[in-house]
Amino acid sequence: MDAKRREVLKTGGGVLALAAAAGIIKPREALAQEWNKAAFDTKSVSETVKALGGSGSTPSSSVEITAPDIAENGAVVPIAVESKLPRTQAIAILIEKNPNTLSADFDIPAGTDPFVSTRVKMAETSNIYALVIADGKYFHAVKEIKVTIGGCGG
Amino acid sequence: MADPMRIRASMTGDKVEVKVLMAHEMETGLRKDASGNAIPAHFIRNVTVTHGGKTVLSAQWGTSVSRNPFLHFRFNGGKPGEKVRITWLDNKGEKRTDEAIIVVPQT
Repeated sequence: MDAKRREVLKTGGGVLALAAAAGIIKPREALAQEWNKAAFDTKSVSETVKALGGSGSTPSSSVEITAPDIAENGAVVPIAVESKLPRTQAIAILIEKNPNTLSADFDIPAGTDPFVSTRVKMAETSNIYALVIADGKYFHAVKEIKVTIGGCGG
Repeated sequence: MADPMRIRASMTGDKVEVKVLMAHEMETGLRKDASGNAIPAHFIRNVTVTHGGKTVLSAQWGTSVSRNPFLHFRFNGGKPGEKVRITWLDNKGEKRTDEAIIVVPQT
């Protein structure tokens, strides 16, 4: 579980470090294989934040979403997220009106720029949330993208 | 076996800029085929990028990442000639790993 992992990491990684030291698990392998089903099953922004281990998130002008105002094709919507918050640990992309809210969750290790760019599917016109975990705290930016699938209006 | 990824890893200043295109249908599980049967979900769930044995990006994805996923990010500490290694793993347990050598872009 991702939320649990973050908590473990936050509390000093004690258990994980011990397990790794004892040769029980290899941390990178263990982390790479996991998939936070609970978070990807969520149906609202607040549920997703909780499933990712937060109690809520604060709007921040230090989180920037670069995406079109209007997406002609909802199947391919380019989204880039950049965080200027120090100690950014993770960036997640949430699409409020999709059947499942959470689209992608990126772990940003130290040494990697707090920036990701990808392409997502949008079922309809919706707010996009960029959720950033920085120094253990949750922040977000929001942007509305209008979707005109196949040019049929919207 | 899935088609290889197309990876470009190039120096921009002192950072390595990585752009990847993966070949994957990213089927949501919500669509139906012509005869009305649900098409089962088939999508990449985990992506891990390493450089010199160190993870420089890891991601968990849901079904709403677009077909043939694109990913772009930057990391520090890479040098031309070194390798960037990318692995994806999907919900059916299929996986694919590809590597690219970091290049200096021609100007």
